[in-house]
Amino acid sequence: MKTNFSFRRQRGFFSLPNDNIVKTIGVATLLCLLCSVIVSGAATLLKPKQVANKLLDKKSNILSVAGISDDTKSIDELFTQIEARIVDMKTGEFTDAVDATNFDQRKAANDAQYRVPLSKQQDLASVGAISKYGNVYLVRDGADVSKIILPISGYGLWSTMYGFLALENDGRTVSSITFYEHGETPGLGAEIENKKWQASWNGKQITDDSGVPVLRLVKGGIDLSAAGSEYKVDGLAGATLTSNGVSNLIQFWMGDDAFGPYLERVRSGKTQANIQVKTSTSNNGEKS
Amino acid sequence: MSSEAKKALFEPLVANNPIALQILGICSALAVTTQLSVALIMCLALTSVTAFSNLSISLVRNHVPSSIRIIVQMTIIASLVIVVDQILKAYAYEVSKQLAVFVGLIITNCIVMGRAEAYAMKNGPWNSFLDGIGNGLGYSVILIVVGTVRELFGSGSLLGYQILTPVSEGGWYVPNGLMLLAPSAFIIIGLTIWAIRSFYPEQVEKPDFEMQNAHNTSAHGSTGGAH
Repeated sequence: MKTNFSFRRQRGFFSLPNDNIVKTIGVATLLCLLCSVIVSGAATLLKPKQVANKLLDKKSNILSVAGISDDTKSIDELFTQIEARIVDMKTGEFTDAVDATNFDQRKAANDAQYRVPLSKQQDLASVGAISKYGNVYLVRDGADVSKIILPISGYGLWSTMYGFLALENDGRTVSSITFYEHGETPGLGAEIENKKWQASWNGKQITDDSGVPVLRLVKGGIDLSAAGSEYKVDGLAGATLTSNGVSNLIQFWMGDDAFGPYLERVRSGKTQANIQVKTSTSNNGEKS
Repeated sequence: MSSEAKKALFEPLVANNPIALQILGICSALAVTTQLSVALIMCLALTSVTAFSNLSISLVRNHVPSSIRIIVQMTIIASLVIVVDQILKAYAYEVSKQLAVFVGLIITNCIVMGRAEAYAMKNGPWNSFLDGIGNGLGYSVILIVVGTVRELFGSGSLLGYQILTPVSEGGWYVPNGLMLLAPSAFIIIGLTIWAIRSFYPEQVEKPDFEMQNAHNTSAHGSTGGAH
């Protein structure tokens, strides 16, 4: 017995027969430990780089929805043409309560300090809660604001879709739309990334004359000459639930619980004055 | 390089191609070949995963209990795929967005599992590594062929450079929309297999069954299923 024991000690764990229960469990445990170290190591080491990529991607999405592109300049350079502001969702007024360049309404929605939970009736886009303050990106054409870019998000079929909506300075005409993050079905719901479809949003009206958001995605094509076609966007074929999700998120984010009060101010012209005072120093006077 | 190593590296390119002969990994070959650039990144990802999974599995092959060997292989492959996915997200963000779920699906790619089970469990680390690279390259050859045809005729461009100017941009070429859909990949892979088997007739499989012919001895009793 004794010799047998020392023999096993010498050769160790790896000399056990492969179908031994101790070895089976031991190999499985060792392998899992090793693999988890490798996987978590890679994830942690590469995280800063991935976060930077995401931020850059977000900026380039804002630029693309703003219609700004210039291959000779870097994204950070181009982004200087865009002014980031913070809007108080309730009053619709600009605020300096938080730093506009670093504030992220998507993160803030999960931050107890800024979180505003939504009731079932309010939560059209199934986002759960929104931030007290919203990000607004203004594109300038000289002194005037030419476009207003608003972050939007909402639940589709599988995932929360994140994007940007660019409005003309009248606060109700769509300039363009883009989605930068989602997990919808490739080829069906993921067609929200389709540039051709996104282009069909151009010129649509978000709200009716009374300021209620009415823009929807509809099935089966749109007769552009018919009355009311400016409130309708062609839905995505084979992706009814994703299309409903997009309709809902427009209704929500343009509505009273989100950017509605701000857009109402834009439409009534109250906010424009605010903007002009703010930028009179940076206006170089070359463009009117 | 020994003859065995050479065989492991070069045979899967054409003679024992994982897609064309073993008919493995078809799923991703359909999904990522609408653009050549995306296909190339996928080839790189799959080749590195196959090579390193073969290497690691071959290193531990003598200590893998046979009762859990598939799980052990899957764990190693899954870990490698996650690492590749993380690297792509850090250094090739745009491409990783286009590849989306398909990088993760390398885990289920039959080529990786197939080579681990069929080769790496029985051969040394160096040969297994070469076999992984060889099979990855064999997969790449088919993907590049399919990707080239699909992008050229589907969008009139190659690697994003416009070659056939489409009508929508004032040219003469009417892009073939079928090429951008999955069925075209089946057709191109099928034609490629046909071409390869014309050069290597020994690859042609024996039919599983033969048509019964009642008039075996008559003049029109030739072989084939045309009756």
